[in-house]
Amino acid sequence: MNESPNLAIACRGLEKWFDTFQALRGIDLDVKSGERIVICGPSGSGKSTLIRCFNGLEHHDAGSLVVAGTQLGTHGEGVEAVRRDVGMVFQQFNLFPHLTILENLCLAPLWVQKRPKKDIEDQAMEYLRRVKIPEQAHKYPAQLSGGQQQRVAIARALCMNPRIMLFDEPTSALDPEMIKEVLDVMSELAASGMTMVCVTHEMGFARQVADRVVFMDKGEIVEAAPPEEFFNRPQSERTKLFLAQVLQHT
Amino acid sequence: MRAKRRARDEWIHWARKKPTQALTSLVGLFLIVYLLLPVWHWAVTDANFLGSDRSACVGGGACWVFVRERFHQFLFGFYPADAYWRPLLTVAIGALSIGLLFVSRLGVLRLLIFVALPFIAWLILEGSLLGLPPVATDQWGGLLLTLIISVTGIAVSLPLGIFLALGRRSRLPLIRWLSVAFIELWRGVPLITVLFMASVMLPFFMPLGVEVDKLLRVLIGVTLFTSAYMAEVVRGGLQSIAKGQYEAAAALNLTSFQTMRLVILPQALRKVIPGIVNTFIGLFKDTSLVLIVGMFDLLGMVQTASTDPEWLGYSLEGYIFAGAMFWIFCFAMSRYSLRLERQLAYSSVERKQLT
Repeated sequence: MNESPNLAIACRGLEKWFDTFQALRGIDLDVKSGERIVICGPSGSGKSTLIRCFNGLEHHDAGSLVVAGTQLGTHGEGVEAVRRDVGMVFQQFNLFPHLTILENLCLAPLWVQKRPKKDIEDQAMEYLRRVKIPEQAHKYPAQLSGGQQQRVAIARALCMNPRIMLFDEPTSALDPEMIKEVLDVMSELAASGMTMVCVTHEMGFARQVADRVVFMDKGEIVEAAPPEEFFNRPQSERTKLFLAQVLQHT
Repeated sequence: MRAKRRARDEWIHWARKKPTQALTSLVGLFLIVYLLLPVWHWAVTDANFLGSDRSACVGGGACWVFVRERFHQFLFGFYPADAYWRPLLTVAIGALSIGLLFVSRLGVLRLLIFVALPFIAWLILEGSLLGLPPVATDQWGGLLLTLIISVTGIAVSLPLGIFLALGRRSRLPLIRWLSVAFIELWRGVPLITVLFMASVMLPFFMPLGVEVDKLLRVLIGVTLFTSAYMAEVVRGGLQSIAKGQYEAAAALNLTSFQTMRLVILPQALRKVIPGIVNTFIGLFKDTSLVLIVGMFDLLGMVQTASTDPEWLGYSLEGYIFAGAMFWIFCFAMSRYSLRLERQLAYSSVERKQLT
């Protein structure tokens, strides 16, 4: 690859179609190693589609996309190598309901990385301590609150030792009183130097944690700037309108 | 003592508070006793249990002597009496493997035993490969035959049904079409037609000199027939799994085979346990249709025995016996399914909802 080695994600002219609807209209975005990016924008702006392209859950139709040093093809070429280095957290947690918390964490390391079971379980317990729920290890997901489930989902992704973490609206399905515990875990992760791309509406989180805030609308990146600049001196009218609507109640 | 009194007080309290309810309950209870009393008289108090031929039937009620005299035939058909130990051994092995079903620690392994079971059963019952005097399959009958057909059908149709259900959802058009064609073909034909085809038509299409055992042909027919139904049950379970489960597994880099085996199928199969057991119970009762191709299962043996001039007029006792046997097996299957559901429930709340 001729991309510079400290780029975690390099994205050039990315386009994505769903039948006749164009979800991404030429996205250019570079994410440096260790950088924390927050992507925001109105619903239908393509932010989820973009982040799902980053680990090959969606395949782009045009443009070039290099993630963790591997070129992703339009038919999913390279997806396995990319996913080795990329973890993902979903809006609906997507824990495996038939497995205990510990089994959820250990499943992929056991079957994909094929490391010794003892190591995997020790590491899983370590991550559960980091997300502050080691005592829930032998419960089933249905027995946990939404906030706890989302923290388990973060720990599950971390157990694969990813270099990049993707968050797709991780707090949107949570009751308000549980949002903070998830954001706290994400902030700690950011402080540890993890490369993160978060789609979120939590503007407080963006302000405190992000290195750059990316605003998307109608499949395009409208504005990308450090949070201080983004929130205090937005350039485009669309950004100003969006911020006015989002920040109205905060 | 005190608990008993409290329970009685509660009853009285309820009767005072809801007099109409209490009255209808009493009338209902009376009707049930009134209607069942003659049945009780016929089946027990006026019935004959002892003796060895119809001259013993003098009580005016049921004559269970018939069932007792023909009991061995109801169980084993025309299997030679001096070799009864062989079916008994087979059933013991079968019972042992069913016992293993209750050892949850064995996991999926316990199901593998059921795949081996039909072969072990054939080895012992037919006998020639073990150096025993061979017993041709047309001598197998009664409950033994019922169990052989149903256990084989159950053991083979579940994995086959799972493959067909996965095939129907395959991305490869050829596999998808073949699965759909197979399922729709077998589901569209009555089981009787399948049995006729297996026993009468199939030999015509075989090359000269090649002969496939009739029992084997019937077994294959019944199994394929059931697996088509099983496929649709399993497909229902597969469709109930949210897309997010596939995505989470993909994001963790599990292969599609691992995703199916570790994430999707355990959830999908669990959701359709009632449907799977329903199909099993249906199959178990459908085995009695083999009578029309000249095989004598439990019901067939009862029917044959009651046309014997010596026992003319006592078919009702035989049918009641056959019905009771079928009911016991089906009820046991239904209970096991409930137990399995409870065992696999994800939480205690869910567990309580199952009764």
